[in-house]
This record gives sequence, structure tokens and C-alpha cells, in this order.
Amino acid sequence: MDRFVKHTGLVVPLDRSNVDTDAIIPKQFLKSIKRSGFGPNAFDEWRYMDHGEPGMDNSSRPRNPNFVLNLDRYQGATILLARANFGCGSSREHAPWALQDYGFKAVIAESFADIFFNNCFKIGLLPIVCSKAELNSLFGLTEQSTGYTLTIDLENQLLVRSDGHVVPFDIDAFRKKCLLNGWDDIGLTLLHEQEIREFESKRKLRQPWLFS
Amino acid sequence: MMARTLYQKLWDDHVICTEADGTALLYIDRHLVHEVTSPQAFEGLKIAGRKPWRVSSIVATADHNTPTQYWEQGITDPVSRQQVETLDANIRSVGALAYFPFRDPRQGIVHVVGPENGATLPGMTVVCGDSHTSTHGAFACLAHGIGTSEVEHVLATQCLLQKKSRTMLVWVDGVAGRGVSAKDIVLALIGKIGTAGGNGYAIEFAGPGIRALSMEGRMTVCNMAIEAGARVGFVAVDDTTISYLRNRTFAPKGDTWDKAVTYWRTLVSDEGACFDSTVCLDAGVLQPQVTWGTSPEMVTGIDGAVPAPEDFSDPVKSEGVARALNYMGLVPRTPITQIAIDKVFIGSCTNSRIEDLRIAAGVIKGRQRAESVKLALVVPGSGLVKAQAEAEGLDKIFIAAGFEWRHPGCSMCLAMNDDRLSPGERCASTSNRNFEGRQGGGGRTHLVSPAMAAAAALAGRFVDVRDLV
Repeated sequence: MDRFVKHTGLVVPLDRSNVDTDAIIPKQFLKSIKRSGFGPNAFDEWRYMDHGEPGMDNSSRPRNPNFVLNLDRYQGATILLARANFGCGSSREHAPWALQDYGFKAVIAESFADIFFNNCFKIGLLPIVCSKAELNSLFGLTEQSTGYTLTIDLENQLLVRSDGHVVPFDIDAFRKKCLLNGWDDIGLTLLHEQEIREFESKRKLRQPWLFS
Repeated sequence: MMARTLYQKLWDDHVICTEADGTALLYIDRHLVHEVTSPQAFEGLKIAGRKPWRVSSIVATADHNTPTQYWEQGITDPVSRQQVETLDANIRSVGALAYFPFRDPRQGIVHVVGPENGATLPGMTVVCGDSHTSTHGAFACLAHGIGTSEVEHVLATQCLLQKKSRTMLVWVDGVAGRGVSAKDIVLALIGKIGTAGGNGYAIEFAGPGIRALSMEGRMTVCNMAIEAGARVGFVAVDDTTISYLRNRTFAPKGDTWDKAVTYWRTLVSDEGACFDSTVCLDAGVLQPQVTWGTSPEMVTGIDGAVPAPEDFSDPVKSEGVARALNYMGLVPRTPITQIAIDKVFIGSCTNSRIEDLRIAAGVIKGRQRAESVKLALVVPGSGLVKAQAEAEGLDKIFIAAGFEWRHPGCSMCLAMNDDRLSPGERCASTSNRNFEGRQGGGGRTHLVSPAMAAAAALAGRFVDVRDLV
């Protein structure tokens, strides 16, 4: 997994609530058996004017000039601002894969759907929950000033605005440790191999029908 | 001992160890696998040189990509075929308790296949790389969807890292009336608490309105817990649960059955157990529900009308409604019964079980699909459901009424195969998501119960099925 310590980047505001994972990466791209290459199709139905299918040359497809990710001023954005319940719907990890492959390092939203939120941590894409008031202010600042950047300081759990104003955010201690170190969950869990085996043996005795 | 909720009992029974911040390592009993979210996990396992921890926990099937007709031609889309063949190869290489590949008589939607084969048992932790894994909560399981990294994690370690959720009790009073079903209960709940209402919660569905439901109905309710934002939704064990499981293929037999039943009976919330939140709903007064927008929370009764953006004071919500109405091609204040439809889809992990098909067939028997309805599709949830329906003659009722009777799979719920809406087409669908483009780019989805979908197919628009049954 990618490490996440501190990041400064251009912010793009996606001013919609309930952005679902079907919107983030439509189902036709889920047929891939790879983990990478989803970035050009992130938000496909909003980003392009035509219908996208796997294998198309995305660079020559007509773009929706009104979609925020297509505006010149937001090219190269690495931080996505969103509203409530971001990432709702399907459990497809292809959604965080697509956002990461597009270039995003973090998503800041009022709230996230549980599975999406969890999936982000598994690949080192940082989801940050932010109060509605603070988010309104960030949307305002991003829209007002071209080239608006934010710094995300994970170690100190702070969003640092370019005017010096800092906004603290919460994160589970364990998840933070994993992100800061880029630790692989599986490796960590396998440190408990013996405990898992003992648990399993006891379970087999108590509920043998689970092991038929 | 303190009174415990069912969630707490399920949690306690699976914790191996806990980190200082409460992150726990939970043991996973059942791992359901399908072709879309598993290839990268198997590949990761292979690259890391790891072996699956316990292959007898795996039940696999191909469902998302599989076609629902012309099976003799195989899977003609090469990209879909590669994904299904990758699953075949992976399961062949590692093994499984059961594998129901494409065209197997027991193949079907993973959330239909697990329970009907008795592979979903009370007290289990059940995971799958699919958000509708909450379905299995109907059996008092701790069941939820996971991402592909977690699929790999479960394959490699038989565990998941989890933080405990808060608990929500959804108490359903009253019993749904004639023509009103489990689907209407859960849609009404989502309308009430919103699609984020259950975020961070594990929902226990209880009360007379839930007790009165069959296992099929309970699966429908738990299936859509995720649409209310909750990863897990479940129902306590009772006689309905036990009698459903008796003699299922992978359910215990003989003395082990008795021992299991004794344990399963304990899988209820204790008297006096505390929940972090409680929501009440009266099923007795519910109308059949119909969604009008692009989120399952955009729902109303059949007597209702499409709202206007100005009905909502929150500007983000108001804009969301305006965008939804624009996408759906609907004018504010249109009565639901004036919305004409182009297609009908009866299927999906929400509503493709035998009971759903019986109800739909009951509505259309001796009647005809409206001429204006271009396609009315019935896709049974599994090969076993299909065979049972055919044994009861339901297929003939559907075909006689002008419906198409297809092979099992996820089909037009998410349109990964050829079953899909064309841009602008409007569908009465028994599936679970009405998101933009869900059933095909530009397609317009209205979520309803099987009875309401059947009624809409006859009338060519939404009508109150209570007038027909």
C-alpha cells in the first residue's frame, strides 16, 4: 500500500451529495481483471459526452465541458471535495482504484458510505470527514480562487489552508499507523497466525457444523 | 451478564483479538465469491506467494456477467468471458466448499445461492465482495460486503480487521396488508431515514411486521439495509429461520442439527438490551412504494406524486432533486400513477426468489402485458429457483402474459451483461438501485416490489396492485 504522510495539492470541488460508486466507475469497466487503469474512466458518464466502453481511446472522446473535473483550472487536482454520503452503493474497490489512478490522494467530504470509506484505507487513499460548516467554507474558497491548494498533514491530523487556518480531523489510530507506514494489512494480520489457529480449533469443537 | 444485542453476541463470538483503538480481528466463517471482485484478490494472493487459509469456507458462483439467454452460445462478450473463465481457473486451482459455474443447474446470484443451499447459517460471519451481502443477515448472520483488498485478506487469513458499528433497532409494527410486501417496508424505511441514515450502524430488524415475513421477505429487507447506509442488517432467529434451513444441502444433519438449533435459538437480542438508535415503522398502514428519483430515498407511496425541488429547504438536497427529476424526465407534481413505463425487470438479489415469482405470477395470471411495454423480463435468482418455478408452471404464466422467461443471474439489476435499458427508457424494476445509468446509460429506474412491477407491466404505467389482487 502507498504511504501517506503529508500532501499538498490542488483541490477540485464536486458539489453533489450521494455520489455513488456506479457514478465513480460505471459497471462496464468492472469487467477488467486488473487493479490499474481505471483513472481515465473515473466519473465516465459525467466526464464524457458519449457512452464509454472498455478498450476505447479515452483521449479522443468528447468531454463534457461543464463537468468540474474537465475545467482547465482543476487539471492536476489531487484532492477531491465532496458532500454527504460519498461513495454510497456497491462495494466495488474499483471506485477508490479509479480515484487513485486519476491522481487523487485524498477525498474530503461531509460523510462517506461505510464500505467505500473502508476500501480507501486499504489502498492508501485518505478519506477525511469534515464538518458541514468547514466544508462550505472550503467549497467557497476553492471556487473563488483558481489554483486553490490544501495541505493534509496526517501525522498531526490537520488540514492546513493556504491562509494558514488549520482544521483538525479525526482518524482511527490503527488506520493512521497503517497509512503512515504503508503497512500491508495481510502481513499485519498474519502476525496473529497462532491466535487465529487457536480460535479456529476452539470454534471447530463448539460449532462443528461450520467446518463441514 | 449484561443484556446483549444480537449484534454484540455475533461480534463477541468472532473476535480473535482487539487493538488499543478498538479495531478487532474478526474470524470469517463463510466467504462467498463471484467473478467481478475476486480476480485481483486471487492474483494478489499468488503474487505474495500465499495460500488460501480455509477453502472450505468458500462458496463461489458466476452471476454478474453471465448472459440470461442463448446459453448454448456461451458468453459472447470476450471481456466478460475472460472474467468468468478467470473465476473458473482460480477456483479450480484453490478449491471451494461449492462452486456453481456458468450453466451449472445450481448457478445463480450469489445471495440467492448461499441461503438456498444452506451455506448461510445462523451465527456465521458472511462476507463477499458485493455490498448486498447484507442479505444473509436474514439468518442472524453478521454479513457484509467487502472490497477486493479485503477479499484477498479473507482468503489469506480467514479474518477481517473491523471496527464495531453502532446499533440501530428498526421496529416494524403492524403487518403488511394485501399487495404490500417486504420491499415496500424497506423502501419506506429508506425514505424515512435516508440513504445515509444507517451509516456507521448495524441494523436489527424486529417487530411483528418482520416476524410475519417469510425468509424470502426478510432477505429482501436485509438486502437493502445497504441502501439505507448500513453495511449489515439482520433479523433474530425464530421458527421461520429454523424451518427454512431444515434439510438444505449444507445445513447440519442428525445430532449436529439439534446441537446447532439449540445454539441458533440464542441468536436473539436479550430482553432489555440497549440500542444506540431506534426507528419505528408501521407496516400496517403502508402503501406500495415507488421511487421517483436517482437515489432509493427518493420514494413515495403509489398515491403520491413527484415532489418539486422547492419542497426541500437544504440547497444541496434541492439541487439534487432538480438534477434527479431532470435525469428521470419527470415534472414536479406528476402523480405516480401517471408515469408510463417502457420496460419491466423482475429479478436481482433483492427480489428473484420463488416467493417473489409466485407473487408476480399471481398478479398477471390470465392477463396481458400492455402493448406499450417493450420488454418484461423475468430473471430467476438461481437455477434452483428457475426449476422450482417451472415445476409450479409459473414460467407458462409469465410467457402467456407476454413476459420473457430467462436464465438466472444479476442481469438488468446492474446491466453488466446484455440486459439493459437504452438511454431514456423507463423501467419498473424489482432491483435495489435507481442510480443514474445503473440499468444502462441514460436509463431511468423506478424501484418497486415484484407485485407492483407485474401490475405496471399490465397497465403500462404504475398502478396500485392492491386493486388487482
